Amino acid sequence: MIEEEEIDILLNDLFDIYGYDFTNYSRASLKRRITRLYGLDKFPSFAELRYRVRTDSTYLRRFVEEITVNVTEMFRDPLFYKCLRAEVLPSIAAKPFIRVWHAGCSTGEEVYSMAILLKEANLLHKSLLYATDLNPEVLEKARKGIFGLNQLKQYSENYIESGGTKDFSSYYTAHYGQAKFDEELAQKMVFSTHNLVSDRSFNEFDLILCRNVLIYFDKDLQDRVLNLFYESLSPLGYLALGAKETLKFSTIQSQFKPMNKEKIWRKID
Amino acid sequence: MEENRLTPPCRAVVVGGSSGSIEVLLHLLPALAPRVPLVMIIVLHRKNSSDSTLLDILALKSALPLREVEDKDPIQPGNIYLAPADYHLLLEKQQLFSLDDSEKVNFSRPSLDVTFESAAEVYGPALVGILLSGANSDGTNGLTAIKKAGGVTVAQLPETAQAGYMPQYAILHTVVDHILDVAGLIRFLNSLE
Ligand SMILES: C[S@@+](CC[C@H](N)C(=O)[O-])C[C@H]1O[C@@H](n2cnc3c(N)ncnc32)[C@H](O)[C@@H]1O
Repeated sequence: MIEEEEIDILLNDLFDIYGYDFTNYSRASLKRRITRLYGLDKFPSFAELRYRVRTDSTYLRRFVEEITVNVTEMFRDPLFYKCLRAEVLPSIAAKPFIRVWHAGCSTGEEVYSMAILLKEANLLHKSLLYATDLNPEVLEKARKGIFGLNQLKQYSENYIESGGTKDFSSYYTAHYGQAKFDEELAQKMVFSTHNLVSDRSFNEFDLILCRNVLIYFDKDLQDRVLNLFYESLSPLGYLALGAKETLKFSTIQSQFKPMNKEKIWRKID
Repeated sequence: MEENRLTPPCRAVVVGGSSGSIEVLLHLLPALAPRVPLVMIIVLHRKNSSDSTLLDILALKSALPLREVEDKDPIQPGNIYLAPADYHLLLEKQQLFSLDDSEKVNFSRPSLDVTFESAAEVYGPALVGILLSGANSDGTNGLTAIKKAGGVTVAQLPETAQAGYMPQYAILHTVVDHILDVAGLIRFLNSLE
């Protein structure tokens, strides 16, 4: 069992030595992740874990990858994507150029889903999808666009539920248990590390998706990040959050108008 | 009972259930009339669909205000909270909820163990954990954590459960203070102080 004070010590080390700042993450979840890893890697004591994190940069990578949560899927919450298709994309379709930011994109399933939507709306040729995450390992996977074939049945069902009418398998080639998604989709993607805690805005976007990332932050950090999104959105740009995330505790709430039932807001000015 | 007088006042109740537990809740929720404002948190294994039918059914029956948790919602006495589908539900020391979409635990998300363990950290001895009908072993580790923190553990009488495996598993593998049928559960909850 790891104590609260030990977590503080570890977080201090991570910041001092590597510049990773996890101090404003949701404590209950973070503590559970660290305790889980501590058990998984069979450390005999907290001191051993601390030593390893401080001195072994290969282990540090594992540590960061394991305490952040990378779970994701294609067309996760199909009705959300349906709303993107039906309402959001048509309203930005007239723009000469469309910029989308996936903040906390994990292994990229969300980005490929978006590229498929854009392609089906005939907008992909004039779009650019910026996909960022703090974790370089997941970005490496995202770049490849290769997903396990065992999940594709679920993804294909999600796709259909999201209003997709094409043959989903036309978007990838299956090979040795894996599905490689079309290069045409990936061509419009830019992958880069970006830490929402410490990095600044880097462009202006028509649509920002940050789904199931804010749940790992405390309310102060959520508010800071939401302000970053506010600054990074074009006038009348859209912000999309995860199914159980909200603007209701944030200072920017009044600058946004919610869209029907899905977690999508539109910047007012 | 002598030992009951030693238990500190209860501030929160976590209820966990799987198959067969919704029926129990439909009896229990309308009959709730606790003497003190409690926090009640319900975690159920449910299909990972976004449909709100379950919430509607439970909210309709509940004597107290019942809603599904969103991230960082404050925890307020007098309310009943339902864990949303497809997220683990955690409690923060600042009296608010956090959600977490990490790996399933016991093939489940939400997992009863995760919420029970987290609630035990926040409420310590002022927590009651109740395990209802179900067909897997989720919840037992959670009850162990509650017991270890000084709280009170309860299981539905397995013979009265549609799926007796889950409460039975807890009774066999951890310390359960009270084993009750539905009427007993209602009496127990309404007499908490
Ligand atoms: C649960 S995944 C969400 C993936 C996808 N958006 C979805 O909803 O399916 C959370 C992602 O957020 C990333 N993340 C966590 N903290 C971050 C930070 N400070 N800056 C950028 N990304 C972060 C994690 O590395 C992880 O890939």
